[in-house]
Amino acid sequence: MTKLRVVHYINQFFAQVGGEEMAHIEPEKREGAVGPGLAFNTEFGEQAEIVATIVCGDSYFGENMDKAKETVLNMVKEEKPDLFIAGPAFNAGRYGVACATITAAVKEELGIPAITGMYEENPGADMFKDKVYIIATRDSAAGMRKAVPPMAKLGLKLAKGEAVGSSAEEGYLPNGIRVNFFEEKRGALRAVEMLNKKLAGKAYTTEYPMPSFDRVEPGAAIKEMSKATIALVTSGGIVPKGNPDHIESSNASKFGEYNIAGVTDLDADTYETAHGGYDPVYANEDSDRVLPVDVLRKLEADGKIGKLYDHFYTTVGNGTAVASAKKFGEEIGKKLKADGVDAVILTST
Amino acid sequence: MKLQLGYIDISGVEFADKSEIKNGILYVNEKEIVAEVLQDEHLKAARLEITKPGESCRITPVKDVIQPRCKVEGPGGVFPGWMHKVDTVGSGKTHVLRGVNVVTAGKIVGFQEGIIDMTGPGADYTPFSQFNNLVLVVEPKEGIHPHQYEKAARLAGLKVATMLGELSRELKADETEEFETLGIKEGIEKYPDLPRVGYVMMLQSQGLLHDTYVYGVDMKQSLTTMIMPTETMDGAIISGNCVSACDKNTTFHHLNNPVIAELFKEHGKTLNFVGVIITNENVYLADKMRSSDWTAKLAEFLQLDGAIVSQEGFGNPDTDLIMNCKKLEERGIKTVIITDEYAGQDGKSQSLADADAAADAVVTGGNANMVVKLPALERVIGSTEFVNVIAGGHDGSLQADGSIEGELQMITGATNEMGFNKLSAR
Repeated sequence: MTKLRVVHYINQFFAQVGGEEMAHIEPEKREGAVGPGLAFNTEFGEQAEIVATIVCGDSYFGENMDKAKETVLNMVKEEKPDLFIAGPAFNAGRYGVACATITAAVKEELGIPAITGMYEENPGADMFKDKVYIIATRDSAAGMRKAVPPMAKLGLKLAKGEAVGSSAEEGYLPNGIRVNFFEEKRGALRAVEMLNKKLAGKAYTTEYPMPSFDRVEPGAAIKEMSKATIALVTSGGIVPKGNPDHIESSNASKFGEYNIAGVTDLDADTYETAHGGYDPVYANEDSDRVLPVDVLRKLEADGKIGKLYDHFYTTVGNGTAVASAKKFGEEIGKKLKADGVDAVILTST
Repeated sequence: MKLQLGYIDISGVEFADKSEIKNGILYVNEKEIVAEVLQDEHLKAARLEITKPGESCRITPVKDVIQPRCKVEGPGGVFPGWMHKVDTVGSGKTHVLRGVNVVTAGKIVGFQEGIIDMTGPGADYTPFSQFNNLVLVVEPKEGIHPHQYEKAARLAGLKVATMLGELSRELKADETEEFETLGIKEGIEKYPDLPRVGYVMMLQSQGLLHDTYVYGVDMKQSLTTMIMPTETMDGAIISGNCVSACDKNTTFHHLNNPVIAELFKEHGKTLNFVGVIITNENVYLADKMRSSDWTAKLAEFLQLDGAIVSQEGFGNPDTDLIMNCKKLEERGIKTVIITDEYAGQDGKSQSLADADAAADAVVTGGNANMVVKLPALERVIGSTEFVNVIAGGHDGSLQADGSIEGELQMITGATNEMGFNKLSAR
């Protein structure tokens, strides 16, 4: 079996060129492994080997980012590698940013599998952990022995196109993509252990860090309702009978747009709900209970509102991913805005 | 309150002329049991099927899973409010048929019934692939409403589990365990140095087929209250709901609550397990506010140092989960919550419908949107005709060759929010 070809990127310090006083050196390519590359080669065994090492000064990279990137990318390209590795950079800030920047560039611009490693508080980690796999390391080079095996292991997986496990299994910094895996202990036991640590004031790691929650300011109040065009939008799954667009009963992948011009009442023969997750009997008997077309038509006839918009938009809220909901909302909002709708009544189940 | 559980190990189930338990085998007279089930005027037909771990067999649509039990000493009987009077249970001795469950299946009620695969990749996700399952397949009479059908199927399952449990009354248990909850004062005196820990169990009560019953009471009509942990072991809480199969707490889960089990294991060692608060997940904001206020108030009154909160369902109940957590933390009660995630099929979406910085200790049962492929199995108990419409399925989930592609949501108990499983996500 031929070994997979690996190109390794390190800074002047790890190449033993020198410390801060040599941080200005331009990128240079050396044959084979240098410095920490030897440890990677040992870890790769018969599967892969470092064919070239690119050494670049941290200051040079930081101060000439575009030029340095271009030079390094060209050096990488020449080697036609199966995998690119940078670092690990531990808590060295400029080195971390350089490693992450070049790893992302190799991955995105050359389409070559690439991986780096650094301490979670390295500024490079925050900037790039959503873009490339960054193996979490200790904050100093004393952590080299622990950093190399997971970097090599995940690197080989990427090079071979194998499935990547969760961050907890592979050791990369959580990148916002949730991946399932089987823990060694069941959830209830993990909860008790986590609580015991929390009670004792010991460190523990939450399995799901809370996201910052998106809150939307309500729009300004409408002054003249009698002239306003009002639209109905629902996540309650009301659709024309038979669900013509096959909106899923849970985790909907789409929304529907249906014309209600001239419709005054939604009845059991013409409309129903596609929404899983609740007893649909009452919504199917009279879909106005979820999408109040009848009430809006009356308000329209009484002159209390200007007009009920000719279409309604509908999807299923049940189990639907927030990202999908956000996408639907943006598309629906654009259409409504383009059509001069003044306000929207959102209904759920 | 002290309860002994006597486990009767069941290694196999067979049909026979006489229902009995002999040498670890549960013999079942199908006719007798079906006749009893068909006493219900809402059911047209019923039958029993047997399957065991490893068999190439798929059960769907699964409604509930119930472990047969029998109260042999002490007041009351199992499933109080349904199969027995409402006497307080949770003390004395109860026999548990360990290794067999009653699974109710049949034509779909709502959209949210599940799949149990006895082998293959699906079997890794459901805990119920590890048991001998006696499946009760029911057929409703034409023209009855879904809620009537749901109730009939629910009672049929409880009835069969009670009948089978009864067969163990005179038997000698293979193993016995004892669980005891001390009075408040006693507990403080006995464990003065251990942190006081409580369990907040959120019960599904969104209504419209999303209901949970406590001693026969619909939990959406109750204020937050307390229950002794051992009462749950006698079936004081039963499931009556069709939430997504993956995070529905079946009656089996209530009987074998993993949080209660793990807290009892640590009781008197690292913590003092004080008690269980049960609260609901109603859909109105006022209900959510009131119920979470009462949760925090009771927890404070019990002078808890820490609490574990478990959830059922997702989306709307995420709000209750976060409110409970926030209000407990505000009172200085260290809290861990157990939930699951709906992060989208690509895992990139926000996992919960609500969030707060106070929820800084979370245990997750995994991403329910993850897509799984389930190969065709030789035998189907029930019917796969509903696979495309159950929560987690989509138009085309059921492939021509009988295999299924859909979200983990479809699998009964897969992302359980009481922490029954090892599945997680990062």
